[in-house]
Amino acid sequence: MLSKRIIPCLDVRDGKLTKGIKFKGNVDIGDPVEAAREYYEQGADEIVFYDITASSDRRDIMIDVVRRVAETIFIPFSVGGGIRNLEDMRRVILAGAEKVSVNSAAVDDPKIISQGAKAFGSQCIVLGMDVKKVEVSGKTPSGYEIVIHGGRIFTGIDALWWAKEAENLGAGEICLNSIDADGMQTGYELNLTKMVSENVHIPVIASGGAGKPEHLAQVLTDGKADAALIASMVHYRTYTITEIKQYLNEKQIKTRMLW
Amino acid sequence: MIAIINYNAGNITSVARALQNIGQDFVITDDITKLETASHVIFPGVGAAGEAMAYLREKKLDAWLKKYIKTGQPLLGICLGTQIILDYSEENKTECIGLIAGSTKRFPDKLTSAGQVLKIPHMGWNSVKLQRNHPVFKNVSPDAEFYFVHSYYPAPSDDAAFLGTTDYGMIFCSVLAKDNLVAMQFHPEKSGRPGLQILKNFCAWRGNVK
Repeated sequence: MLSKRIIPCLDVRDGKLTKGIKFKGNVDIGDPVEAAREYYEQGADEIVFYDITASSDRRDIMIDVVRRVAETIFIPFSVGGGIRNLEDMRRVILAGAEKVSVNSAAVDDPKIISQGAKAFGSQCIVLGMDVKKVEVSGKTPSGYEIVIHGGRIFTGIDALWWAKEAENLGAGEICLNSIDADGMQTGYELNLTKMVSENVHIPVIASGGAGKPEHLAQVLTDGKADAALIASMVHYRTYTITEIKQYLNEKQIKTRMLW
Repeated sequence: MIAIINYNAGNITSVARALQNIGQDFVITDDITKLETASHVIFPGVGAAGEAMAYLREKKLDAWLKKYIKTGQPLLGICLGTQIILDYSEENKTECIGLIAGSTKRFPDKLTSAGQVLKIPHMGWNSVKLQRNHPVFKNVSPDAEFYFVHSYYPAPSDDAAFLGTTDYGMIFCSVLAKDNLVAMQFHPEKSGRPGLQILKNFCAWRGNVK
């Protein structure tokens, strides 16, 4: 049967990791290509890159990073951040990424999802959703709202409605990030993850809140997630991806154990 | 020389990068005169059957592949390249190349496993159960997993063509093989070391050439 995927997320600005990643002997790695290689060796099933480069004239640096990553690791990876149109998607895919993710650009103009799916196939298009818990209301019947710009702007869009809409538009996968849980390391938002995963027919990657392997076990079983995104818990070398997978394997959660 | 058939079916650069990594020279081409000089042919592809077949017909590559397969030289199909070597695909109701009898079908909507409805596409890492040994799977552990992403699956009509099967709420043919042809639904170029080993084995395989 299909394995659950463990996916480290790397934030890149101007071609460098935004936070150095600590590895064996406490070596600090600032190069996204080297970090990707380390995680590939540890058994990562996929890698997500977020380009948080502020100025658009420096985006070519990211394209170069994508090209070098594609020459180094032989697992799928996706790139998000700053992708506003088909041309941005095309450049990232031609440089070697399997998937592109769109987030606020899709909120501004949902057609980018259907256009991307038509041009490159649904399997290439990931919808990134940043979500905050709100009062259940007529506007937000699921009790969760889509936020953009790092959670600063509330859009008035219901999170569950948006997930279904994105699937209808042709998104091939959803990366579901809880802004409330993000950075807390106290566990994923299980209620949100379960609700979205049970109501769409495309895979859901849970994001935000991972601090220990138990959190991944929870979200991959009770939370019904197909994959789990991790960041700090591996970047600071509290755990290796190998250790996390061994833990999940002991808990009878199937992950890929040979690479 | 290894030739990768270049046709209008998504990103083939990942196959090229994997061959570079294993130190294998190759050409990427849709030019039949160049393909004629190849010792091995790789037929990759990501995308939809309808458009892919239209492009192959325009370039007369479908007819060329039928001729090539008779030479006994090795042919490797990957993903869409595997689906369209069968007679027919339910995707866009497409007449395909027909190197192997059978068709490509869509996964049923309500596949379940352990009471859970399964997602379509089948996306991620899954294992392959080999029905017999094959040179292209030499030194590949039976516990290895491979990267899949697809909504349609190959269904050869002859059971003898089933080299490997995969379980996704139903057992389907994930690797098919007949004589000098081997074709897989997963992406060896994105399946880590076991995938690279498959590509290496393919490049060393002689098919039916003595």
